[in-house]
Amino acid sequence: MKKIKIKVNGKVKTVLNNSKLSDLVNNLNIPIKKVAIELNQEIIDKKKTSNIKLKKNDKIEIVHFIGGG
Amino acid sequence: MEEDNLKKDKLIIAKKKFESRLIVGTGKYKSMSECAKAIKLSGAEIVTVAVRRVNISNKNKPLLMDYIDPKKITYLPNTAGCFNSKDALRTLRLAREIGGWKLVKLEVLGDKTNLFPDMIETLKTTEVLAQEGFKIMVYCNDDPLMAKRLENAGADAIMPLAAPIGSGLGILNKINIHIIRKQTKLPVIIDAGLGQASDATIAMELGCDGVLVNTAIAKAKKPFEMALAFKNAVLAGRQSYNSGRIGKTLMGNPSSPIEGII
Repeated sequence: MKKIKIKVNGKVKTVLNNSKLSDLVNNLNIPIKKVAIELNQEIIDKKKTSNIKLKKNDKIEIVHFIGGG
Repeated sequence: MEEDNLKKDKLIIAKKKFESRLIVGTGKYKSMSECAKAIKLSGAEIVTVAVRRVNISNKNKPLLMDYIDPKKITYLPNTAGCFNSKDALRTLRLAREIGGWKLVKLEVLGDKTNLFPDMIETLKTTEVLAQEGFKIMVYCNDDPLMAKRLENAGADAIMPLAAPIGSGLGILNKINIHIIRKQTKLPVIIDAGLGQASDATIAMELGCDGVLVNTAIAKAKKPFEMALAFKNAVLAGRQSYNSGRIGKTLMGNPSSPIEGII
């Protein structure tokens, strides 16, 4: 099956061509309730990750809270 | 009775009531467990947190939420590290998405060495956030005119610096802080630059509604003791402020009666 390259948190990742955002989130073991996700600078509704098909060169940011002042 | 009065004296931010007037940061601790224990000892009900990328290569890295329960402690997402309005807006919109947080701390810095806020960008961002329904606590310099502008732009709390972030210098301009407190109905929280517990007492005696401390606790030789010291210092300062201090006189005034002297 064809593979595409995307960027997740600044790092290049190779995923299957027709994979969905929810597949990526599951594969990375991301606790979805504790994060926010951006796809190409647009915030994604976390309930709809299974409707979003990943495309070549997509830029994904997954963020959470860490210690800070 | 006096204790009852203290209990009624709550910190109110964006209509939400808090018992503690001490807000603490969660950065710079040696470990998350040390951070969690210090927060508990400080009695803080609000903690600031930063928004950063999830470490996707280390899936077992501990999460802040596993140590500090956001159902028990109010998370105050901040924009530390943002140097323009665009980045600050992006950060806070993401923070809201994580768990519906609307109460946020806005901090737009203008200089990488002194870490002073860029007030033009801060003001601009406050206006946008207010329109988007955020409840905004705004980090700002100790300028009464700028504090007024932030209030008019829709800020929910004014957070003037005591001194540069992490400097430990204490309150450098007490007069300005006093003027900022006198001119606004919004809560005024001293943010940044405190070095020791007595600095917090001074802030509270100036009439401030609270203080935000991170480095002074996290980087003290004994963070747990310092967390307790700040808790007590804030309480002492508030009680002192509420008690109405005596006036200042140039000359002495004996404490014992002159009458009946032998």
